[in-house]
Amino acid sequence: MFRAPLSLTGLVLVACLATSPSRSDELKDLYFGEALYYAHQGDFFAALERLDTEVKQHDGLDEPDLDSLYFHIDDAHFSLGDFELRYRMHHRAGRAIRAVLEGAVDELVRNDAAYRLARIHFQKGQMEDAMRALERIDGRVPEAIRDDIEFLRANIYLAQGQPADSVVVLKRLQDSDGYGGFAAYNLGIAYLQDGQRQAALQQLERAGQIATSDPAELAIRDKSNLVLGTALLEAGEYDQAIPFLDRVRLDGPFSNQALLSSGWANLSIENLERAVVPWSILAEREVTDRATQEAMLALPYAYGKLNIHGRAAVHYGQALDSFSAEVEKLNTSIESIRAGKFLEALIREEIRKDKDWVIRLRSLPETPETYYLMELLASHDFQTGLQNFLDLADLRRKLVAWQASFDSFDDMVAIRHNHYEPLLPEVDTQFRGLDSRLRLRIEQHKMLVRRRDDLLTTPRPEFLATRGEQAVLKRLEQIEVQAQSPGSAVSESMATRIKRLKGLLTWTLETEYHERFTQFDRNLRGLDAAMAVVQEQYDEYVRTRQAATHSYVGYEKPISRLRAHVSNSIENVDLLMARQGNQLEVVAVEELLARRSHLENYGDKARFALADSYDRATQAQAKIGERK
Amino acid sequence: MSRLIRTLVLALLVCGPISVGTAQDLSGDNMRSLDGQVQEIKSDVLNIASELSNLEERLLYPSGTQIAVFVSIVENEQFRLDAVKIEINGELATHHIYSFNELEALQKGGVQRIYTGNIPSGDHQLGVTMIGKLKNGTDFNTSDNFLIAKGVKPKALGVTLSRPQSGNTGIQVGDW
Repeated sequence: MFRAPLSLTGLVLVACLATSPSRSDELKDLYFGEALYYAHQGDFFAALERLDTEVKQHDGLDEPDLDSLYFHIDDAHFSLGDFELRYRMHHRAGRAIRAVLEGAVDELVRNDAAYRLARIHFQKGQMEDAMRALERIDGRVPEAIRDDIEFLRANIYLAQGQPADSVVVLKRLQDSDGYGGFAAYNLGIAYLQDGQRQAALQQLERAGQIATSDPAELAIRDKSNLVLGTALLEAGEYDQAIPFLDRVRLDGPFSNQALLSSGWANLSIENLERAVVPWSILAEREVTDRATQEAMLALPYAYGKLNIHGRAAVHYGQALDSFSAEVEKLNTSIESIRAGKFLEALIREEIRKDKDWVIRLRSLPETPETYYLMELLASHDFQTGLQNFLDLADLRRKLVAWQASFDSFDDMVAIRHNHYEPLLPEVDTQFRGLDSRLRLRIEQHKMLVRRRDDLLTTPRPEFLATRGEQAVLKRLEQIEVQAQSPGSAVSESMATRIKRLKGLLTWTLETEYHERFTQFDRNLRGLDAAMAVVQEQYDEYVRTRQAATHSYVGYEKPISRLRAHVSNSIENVDLLMARQGNQLEVVAVEELLARRSHLENYGDKARFALADSYDRATQAQAKIGERK
Repeated sequence: MSRLIRTLVLALLVCGPISVGTAQDLSGDNMRSLDGQVQEIKSDVLNIASELSNLEERLLYPSGTQIAVFVSIVENEQFRLDAVKIEINGELATHHIYSFNELEALQKGGVQRIYTGNIPSGDHQLGVTMIGKLKNGTDFNTSDNFLIAKGVKPKALGVTLSRPQSGNTGIQVGDW
């Protein structure tokens, strides 16, 4: 009895665990924003590729606090884990979130990480690890995830077979804005698991009357009523079961099962006319549905009980025809799957652009196999396998496109090589000549700068003498030396004149020193500007020269490594796709075989009942004839 | 027969998923094992993608000439962005028409890299044109020009869009 509710509980969780990256109010890193752009569109591969690269670059920096990602780094690590989780990379997601947990982060961030880690473990079915992760939550918890944590805790308890503990948690969540309807339903299930039948029934009744317009909550309300009605039906409390089964919306996802059970509840209390009503509705619905097929047998059975054997025979005949047609369809489907058409249909890109693509598969005329696989398509293991198959198909498309781009890269490198190789030797020769001249000028400039700086601290007026003055000074010094030599013909008056001239020159140099120094400094500054322009042009040339080399040198190894890597990956993907595809086909075929066997069994019953109904109708006719 | 069929119905209702589960369980372990291998190959391919992006960037957009233009939308802006056109020095660099998903991603805080290309260092003219519809249904088509300076490092420009108002084109450009 508890199995169905438990499986339903799982559906509730899947619906509630989805979160999305929030808008960052003050985005400071464009590349993080770019990753979010892809994540918001559901392209988690692109989001991961960008964010992973950005985070790795950031982590490798000597001064990460100068990087713009520094302001978002906790969020980025979180998002990395979140994107990995959404891209169904649980192993890496767990590692990323554990890294956040073990880092020196704020209490709020750590607790959020612990919750996310618990969620990953829960989704992987590792309940003890999930609970351990939740136990790491301590102190302040982000407001937005408080109820999420408690709901997850309650569901872990349920999955661990501790319904009493779950009840305690779920009771606290009854007024939750986000989880009201789900918590109400799960509380009923927890009571059921805990053996508190009466409390469970009361709780499910409450959950089945929640006022809401939210489609998900409406579905959970229907589910509550269906489970409650089924529990009562199974306990033989048919009268009480009927109102709950009748509360299930006729256009909801649980309508077929509710109609079927409602019919049986009515039949069980001999209310045959009332049983005919839901079954008549149901028998007209999608014939591939299990409940509909059941109703196609149950309806003529009810007519038989009402002694309307003729109509019963007609309905049995219709059921028999339908079952035969469906068996045929199943045979075609099985053949189609074995021919690989199922997988072909799944990877058709135009189908998957629609978010309800699984539902739309059903309407594709060329994929009859999908008619009977809706339940299978909705099951967790099959979904995982299916998503993996689709992800592999996407990866393959990417890898094949990349493989084609390597040839273009090779061409590009070759064209650049052919263009630059003949030009560069001549350019380099010219540059070497210019380079040595430039270096000389740079040294001269440096010497002048040093001299100016020296003059600032130790004034040397003679350093600022003009060429003429320097020549005159030199000549005067020579004459002085000659005058002092023995036997010199220089007269005293001549020596006085030399002194006077020298004094005049010294006077000029000393008095004009500041003016000359200012002019020297001004000229040097002009030279500084000119040298800066030359240096800039020099640097620009060096960069351009380097860029020319970098545009075609050093690509051979990375391109050939990547080419080999891509090629290996395509082989691996092909292998995995084949194995995964085969798994899906085997499971799908098994499901269809089971359904076919079921239908054949129904067909036998219908055939037998049809004959019986004809007999009874004939006998009834005969009796009427006899009476006449 | 009533009892028989009813039992069958209950079995379908309560244990229905179990019959599906039986078929799955046959291959469940294999599927989980494959799941691990799929995760590994995803990781491999992500690494390839990352390496390939770096290679492409080095080959196609060297840092000395690289310019990248990013587009974002101001938070809580009530307008529909239909298209953006980027011109550099009067020549069309790129033109992008937004799908519903792309617009929603921008509205949620995502940043779109709309253009990556090469320009020489120095001053350049960046022209941005935004086409869309206001909340009241009025179509708009607004443009603005900006002077940008390209240096030695890669240039990243952020174009921030908001609803155009009188005297304000709603287009802002900033360095990142």
